[in-house]
Amino acid sequence: MRVSFLQIIKQLTRKSRIMAQFKMHLLVCGGTGCRASQSEIIVENLKSEIKNLGLENDAQVVITGCFGFCEKGPIVKIVPDNTFYTQVKPEDCAEIVREHILKGRKVKRLLYEDPETQKHIEDSKHMNFYQKQIRIALRNCGFIDPENIDEYIARDGYAALGNIITGMSPQEAIDIMKKSGLRGRGGGGFPTGIKWEIASKSKADQKYVVCNADEGDPGAFMDRSILEGDPHSVIEAMAICGYCIGATKGIVYIRAEYPLAIKRLKIAARQSRAYGLLGQDILGSGFSFDIELRYGAGAFVCGEETALIKSMEGLRGEPTVKPPFPAEKGYLGKPTNVNNVETFANVPAIFLKGADWFSSIGTAKSKGTKVFALAGKINNVGLIEVPMGITLREVIFEIGGGIKDGKKFKAVQTGGPSGGCLTEKHLDTPIDFDNLIAAGSMMGSGGMIVMDEDDCMVSVAKFYLEFTVEESCGKCAPCRIGNKRLHEILEKICSGKGVEADIDYLKNLSRVIKDTALCGLGQTSPNPVLSTIEHFHDEYLAHVKERICPAGSCKALKLYTILPDKCTGCTACVRACPVDAITGEKRQAHVIDVNKCIRCGACYEKCKFTAIHVQ
Amino acid sequence: MNKIKSLDDLRKMKQNLEHEMNIREKSNEPESLVQIRVAMATCGIASGARTVMNTLVEKIEKDKIPAVVTQGGCMGYCYAEPTIEVKVPGKDPVVFGNVDSQRAIDILVKYVVNGELLEGIIPTNYQTINEKK
Repeated sequence: MRVSFLQIIKQLTRKSRIMAQFKMHLLVCGGTGCRASQSEIIVENLKSEIKNLGLENDAQVVITGCFGFCEKGPIVKIVPDNTFYTQVKPEDCAEIVREHILKGRKVKRLLYEDPETQKHIEDSKHMNFYQKQIRIALRNCGFIDPENIDEYIARDGYAALGNIITGMSPQEAIDIMKKSGLRGRGGGGFPTGIKWEIASKSKADQKYVVCNADEGDPGAFMDRSILEGDPHSVIEAMAICGYCIGATKGIVYIRAEYPLAIKRLKIAARQSRAYGLLGQDILGSGFSFDIELRYGAGAFVCGEETALIKSMEGLRGEPTVKPPFPAEKGYLGKPTNVNNVETFANVPAIFLKGADWFSSIGTAKSKGTKVFALAGKINNVGLIEVPMGITLREVIFEIGGGIKDGKKFKAVQTGGPSGGCLTEKHLDTPIDFDNLIAAGSMMGSGGMIVMDEDDCMVSVAKFYLEFTVEESCGKCAPCRIGNKRLHEILEKICSGKGVEADIDYLKNLSRVIKDTALCGLGQTSPNPVLSTIEHFHDEYLAHVKERICPAGSCKALKLYTILPDKCTGCTACVRACPVDAITGEKRQAHVIDVNKCIRCGACYEKCKFTAIHVQ
Repeated sequence: MNKIKSLDDLRKMKQNLEHEMNIREKSNEPESLVQIRVAMATCGIASGARTVMNTLVEKIEKDKIPAVVTQGGCMGYCYAEPTIEVKVPGKDPVVFGNVDSQRAIDILVKYVVNGELLEGIIPTNYQTINEKK
């Protein structure tokens, strides 16, 4: 009888299967990005191949949250040897199990290749992407199974809550928060400890802890990833906050567009309740706390805390004048403390490792780390967590791997529609709350959109204004009408009809809106305009004076001409032109009538002789 | 699921759970740990490398030895399989040949924990491509 190699292996593995102790864990990213690239099928395939080879007791497959390296997803990471497989396809799974799990040979072609040295990196610790990162808020993302509370507890989960409610007074805990120097990660940067203290001093029969998960900046996905990858840390922090301010109820306000985050949060809350870590008399301390979820319809203004509270009450999501602050009069008129997801995710780590540890990271006035979502024209699109005080250069060129296709760096937009652009001269500025404001931008919730030489800064400002006009709630005139006017003028400049006086008009109107708008949305919405005018004044001037777009991106300002020495007179462009703007005899050089041309680019695409010149 | 009734219960629970996460925790700081690599090529598996690996993993877990076990490919010492390579932080890696379960435990207890040298070390007579000048 012939015995196949596979059968021998199976027999041998069965023999050695005495006490089960996993030798390897295969961590598969189950974040929204990697799931969209079939990571669920990858999990199934890995499991079935492991079963086929009888390795169930050797290797465990774990679905985790986001690893951050979304550019190269789906990611499969194998520990303890830290092998980082990128862009794994379902059909690669059998090879991974047979080669790596069974025989200890790494599958080279799936390893991450360093773009500079072109070498495969075997150990993810040596990837530039991870070397400069410090993970506090993301400490469990890509490390634990977010749907298994046991894995969170195994990493000291709920220990901070336990220590506080059984051995500390609320004021002692608030003092630790104040000492740590943690500032709100949603954008404003208000000291969290002070916020808690104010809420704790308000007197009422009921208080509320609210988690703001209404992440709305274009290109930002920090909060979603935390909720998808480590929901328990947010729940634990909300309970800690509840104890500190004297609240027994917590509400997570989350946008309905985040179905996976909602699902994981619900599972997490159910498991915590089953263990008695939410509910009545937690750990026998006498402290009770529970949470519920409220869904937002994805309106940007509801990220503003007073509008968020209105929306939770079932009213229109419109901001109100502060004071009274939510800490005095918030949800249903009761004192309410609103913190952002990332802020909460830092809290358990601060109590476990101490305020001194946390405040040792970062700069003088901005402590700890910040999570950024890198997007735009950058090689490593993804989620990163870096210490405050790191420079933009390190983030973009070392962690981010530089600009795509070897193009030149032009600007980086931080702070979303409320922020501004930073340019080459800011590359070595340490990133923290105050430095970014001094440079004319802001930290915001952590979106970072990188732009290269092909991006027109007037169009960028127009893009953000388009967003603000769409998202303005319309309650106050400066925001409702002013932003619309700003957008119209930018539109005019981009279509080649602007005049020089428009630039001054933009500046004046921007200042008026900033000074008079009711809430944070309106007060910050002109920032993209002001910062692009400040840093790219020449580009605005080129649009209004010479009527050209230096980046070549504004369609209406493109000038198409035919180079006579290259044109063969093939008439392909004549036939492509939808408005008959091109004339010329056969086999003679053709000409474009500039007045008729609608700048559609059809001739440019058709020409086989690169005879069409675009300016 | 049973309710956790006190902080002590939570701590006990954590202790019971943490060993399952150990290999992930260890992968966070491999440089500070003793790294043991078991040659897991066909010849290695056929002569019992898998049993050796199981023994190592269990002993390390039981005695809480600061070491991490990974698999490697064929090291070329086919006459001495199963072979394991042990790298103590700050020292050159050492390769042991003809390792069975008993020897695996000896290596852990005597070499890794107590730092005594053992017989049966295969002198490394190769350079890797990176070392070659």
